[in-house]
Amino acid sequence: MVRFENVGLRYGMGPEVLRDVTFGIPPHSFQFLTGPSGAGKTTLLRLLFLSLRPTRGLITIFGRDAAKLDADATAALRQRIGIVFQDFRLLDHLSTYENVALPLRVQGREEASYRAEVQELLHWVGLGERMHVLPPVLSGGEKQRAAIARALIGRPEILLADEPTGNVDPSLARRLLRLFLELHKSGTSVLIATHDIGLMDQFDARRLVINQGRLTVYD
Amino acid sequence: MTEKRSRISSMLVSVTRRLPTRARGGESAGTPPAAPVRASGEKGAPATSGAGARAGSKAAGSTVAGPAVAGSAPAGAAAVRPVAAPLRSAPQRPIVPGTTVTARALVAVIAIMTFLAGITIGAVSSVSNVAAEWTSDIARETTIQIRPGDGLDVEAALAKAVSVARATQGVANARALDESETAALLEPWLGAGLDLANLPVPRLVVVNLAPGAGAPVLAALRSALAEQVPSAMLDDHRQWAERLSSTARTAMAIGLAVLGLVATATVLCVAVATRAAVDAARSVVEVLHLVGARDTFIVSEFQHHFLTVGLKGAAIGGGAAVALFLLGSTIPSWFAVDRSIDTLVGALTIDLRGYGGIFGVSVLVALVTTLTSRTTVYRTLRGIG
Repeated sequence: MVRFENVGLRYGMGPEVLRDVTFGIPPHSFQFLTGPSGAGKTTLLRLLFLSLRPTRGLITIFGRDAAKLDADATAALRQRIGIVFQDFRLLDHLSTYENVALPLRVQGREEASYRAEVQELLHWVGLGERMHVLPPVLSGGEKQRAAIARALIGRPEILLADEPTGNVDPSLARRLLRLFLELHKSGTSVLIATHDIGLMDQFDARRLVINQGRLTVYD
Repeated sequence: MTEKRSRISSMLVSVTRRLPTRARGGESAGTPPAAPVRASGEKGAPATSGAGARAGSKAAGSTVAGPAVAGSAPAGAAAVRPVAAPLRSAPQRPIVPGTTVTARALVAVIAIMTFLAGITIGAVSSVSNVAAEWTSDIARETTIQIRPGDGLDVEAALAKAVSVARATQGVANARALDESETAALLEPWLGAGLDLANLPVPRLVVVNLAPGAGAPVLAALRSALAEQVPSAMLDDHRQWAERLSSTARTAMAIGLAVLGLVATATVLCVAVATRAAVDAARSVVEVLHLVGARDTFIVSEFQHHFLTVGLKGAAIGGGAAVALFLLGSTIPSWFAVDRSIDTLVGALTIDLRGYGGIFGVSVLVALVTTLTSRTTVYRTLRGIG
């Protein structure tokens, strides 16, 4: 599904922030990406999400060489990947419903064709009564679930989550983890970037540990 | 994919039933907290009802054969809102926010700059029209002067000059000024009650040329007068016409220079303000990019938004400029004021070319806004990518 081979990345003329990173994300897999702050977790996620290009090495996503993708092909591949940002990245001028529907709207679909689907998903993540509320009114947990719903509405084959439990209490963090596990069991490959050891200890999954730009995989 | 969707939905139900009360919009205030996750593959105890008994569930990485059923209860199911009949949603808001402070400021900047450019175009057009009219008027009217002396019969010479002028091809009209009109011309210098019989005052014949008549007509008239009325002298006002023409050209050059400066300032102001407005919406560009929107979709959304903003501002500014010139050209007739005031505000009168210029600058401003937004969004996308 995703393959990194000897990937390195540096910003400008600075030092390499990722060095010789080699790993893969198999279909239907679940993994944590962990490491200390500043180790390169978010950078690795950005590479996975095609919003960064490596300085060297090969990245293959869904069988395509990431270096050879044009803008349209990148956008098309990105529609097959769901991402949950640490800071949610919800648009404050759009309602919860409109934020969740955004990935379908940008595909040019008519609103009538996905209205029921979005409302259904919002009910399922517990935001049924909050769908017409603007994000600034939502709590942190609600924003997190709205962001997760937005990542899921396009039925992604890979779900990437950047510190999804960083802004919620431990109880909600456990429930969000359960949500990701259920998605994984439905066939979606899940990668959660976190430095929350307690969260990782709750589920025995593959761990990708990044430290000082180097990645170690613990299967 | 439908089956997968259905599974996800079922599992989400089981998870969200355990979300905190507040998160579910205030449902079931007494809902107890859920048990810790213990799905298959987890450390510790095997899956329990707390995670939802899952028929046929396999190890991590496998698919789930049956639907996830929540711990139990129909009561739990009741806590989840039925979704069989989807709610109608409110009309969707535009993806690019339109009511921000930046957007309103951009409309104001565009309106003000369009108004200033429109006023400049109108003023230049008006000056051009007035100068052309003056030059044309003075060039169309010439004078034949009959100087008295040497026993000349002035009245006979006047009549002959009139007849020669009228016979010349290209002359529309010729008329001799009578004594009273001549006295009126001299009144500011010599006073009233003048007796022209006692003074060697030249007499004048006013000749109006036909439209389009030029130097050849004047040459023919001069030649005919030289032959038939030797005492007559043709004054074609060339000196005045040249001075006026030079003044008009200078005024036009100054006007065009000012117009060029104002147009440049307008384009720069609108471009910078538009770029600032797009930069203020950078988060929107980023989010659209990250949820998989094609660049063309993002650019199209922004272009459409900024075209609307540009047209709105240009319509306000251009409309205000047009209204000003319309008022300027009609106010004198409303108040039936005398010709001096009419002449004073006459400079505000512009023709269709002037109105066309204002319309053109309004369209130009809207296009500049649109194109600037397009290039700025592409630049932002390049920065993100």
